[in-house]
Amino acid sequence: MAIYHLKTPISEGEIRKLKVNDVIYITGTIVTARDQAHRRAIEYFKQGKPLPINLEGLAVFHCGPVVSKEGEKWVALAAGPTTSTRMDIFEDEFIKNFKVRVVIGKGGMGKRTTDAMAKYGAIYGAFTGGAAILAAKAIKNVKGVEWLDLGTPEALWIFEVEDFGPLTVAIDSHGNNLFMDVAKTVEENRKRIYEKLGLQP
Amino acid sequence: MEIAKLVEDVAFNLLKQAVIYLPEDVKEALKKAYAEETSETGKTQLKAILDNIELAEKYMAPVCQDTGTIIFYVQAGAKVKNLDKIEEALVKATRRATKEIPLRPNAVDPLTQKNSGDNTGRFIPYINWEIVPGDSLELTVMPKGGGSENVCLTGMLVPGEGINILKKFVIEAVINAGAQPCPPTILGVAMGGGADIAMKIAKKALLRPLDQPNPNPEIAKLERELYEAANMTGIGPMGLGGKTTVLGVHVEYAFRHPASFPAAVAFNCWAARRATARIYSDGTVEYLTHKSLV
Ligand code: SF4
Repeated sequence: MAIYHLKTPISEGEIRKLKVNDVIYITGTIVTARDQAHRRAIEYFKQGKPLPINLEGLAVFHCGPVVSKEGEKWVALAAGPTTSTRMDIFEDEFIKNFKVRVVIGKGGMGKRTTDAMAKYGAIYGAFTGGAAILAAKAIKNVKGVEWLDLGTPEALWIFEVEDFGPLTVAIDSHGNNLFMDVAKTVEENRKRIYEKLGLQP
Repeated sequence: MEIAKLVEDVAFNLLKQAVIYLPEDVKEALKKAYAEETSETGKTQLKAILDNIELAEKYMAPVCQDTGTIIFYVQAGAKVKNLDKIEEALVKATRRATKEIPLRPNAVDPLTQKNSGDNTGRFIPYINWEIVPGDSLELTVMPKGGGSENVCLTGMLVPGEGINILKKFVIEAVINAGAQPCPPTILGVAMGGGADIAMKIAKKALLRPLDQPNPNPEIAKLERELYEAANMTGIGPMGLGGKTTVLGVHVEYAFRHPASFPAAVAFNCWAARRATARIYSDGTVEYLTHKSLV
């Protein structure tokens, strides 16, 4: 397990160095996107419309933050990750079209995303579920918000972050998926547990 | 002071205590898990949780952004007057807490998908009533997170197979839940009663402090056995691998119908929030879970 501090825009070379279980901290720009923002972004791409922000080399964060407006300025009060599996149906296209290098969320993603990450050079960074204050404190500035018509949790929030993390590399760009590895271990352990408790499979 | 206003103020304070400060037993269990976790990745997760807890206390902000569905448990002394005013007081406290703390609005009409915006709605906050002897009133709040609620499970098991069928049910529930409920979790397990009764007592078991095993030694043994088995799965903190999958298992039971074996597993995430206070007949209030704060 190695620890890396990365600055956006992140290059493909930097991503290829990372392996599952490594820990990264990001400084620079991360952008939130949940189901609806993913869907709209992909529609925009199909129609040849540019996104309001160029995501190349940036990190996309599965998060519906709690924000408040103080005067003219938005402040992120809580910004924990949401469950990433809901974005599994969009993420391969998203990575391919917009060249994001890091996807941040909780709970992991499936094979389709893992394959896209290997092909295009991206990783999945697991942020600790529920650790909303830890995340919010790393957000130094809300640089902007787009697509607010989708509602605050679904909008694209553009955050300027400093040492945002720890993010555990749970899918690397070499086809490894920590959640799938854990699932395999759990399968083996299930047998041991059944034996110990004297249960019939 | 009249009881309605007093209950409203106490319930507001309890909500605030609960969402910001985790109970001592939960914090202790997380610290112990951090010290004992052997997976480096698991340790990283537990460290992030502990750091987050500290920051929440420092900035007096909710420890998790999902402040959950608001559930109250009321133990009302039979001699307490104006019990009919309490429900309204709890609803008011919930509205106030949502606005002032603030809490995330989490009450959605399932028919129209509209969020009420203030954490109240039909049956919400949900109030579990119990009438007990005496003239004091004990109030408990459990802000219950959605991620851990989504994996709660009831089952009508086959009675002929005995207690082993329950063990299997619990282990499978933990394995299927995986990373979803933000492990390490706390499990409330119940057997007997009926489908609704099992879940009700399983969920209530989540209120029991982690350092209190069931007073029945046979049940306490079952709790230990399930705890060890759940931690053998290797799911680990946040499902990223490790030996800390659960912080504790609380088992409760009710007698069952000869032809039924109802079982329930209620999950609480690491953000296992609860707060309790007792209001005495002379109007004095004793905060029981968050003593150091008052
Ligand atoms: S499961 Fe619990 S810790 Fe995780 S996000 Fe939901 S409320 Fe927070």
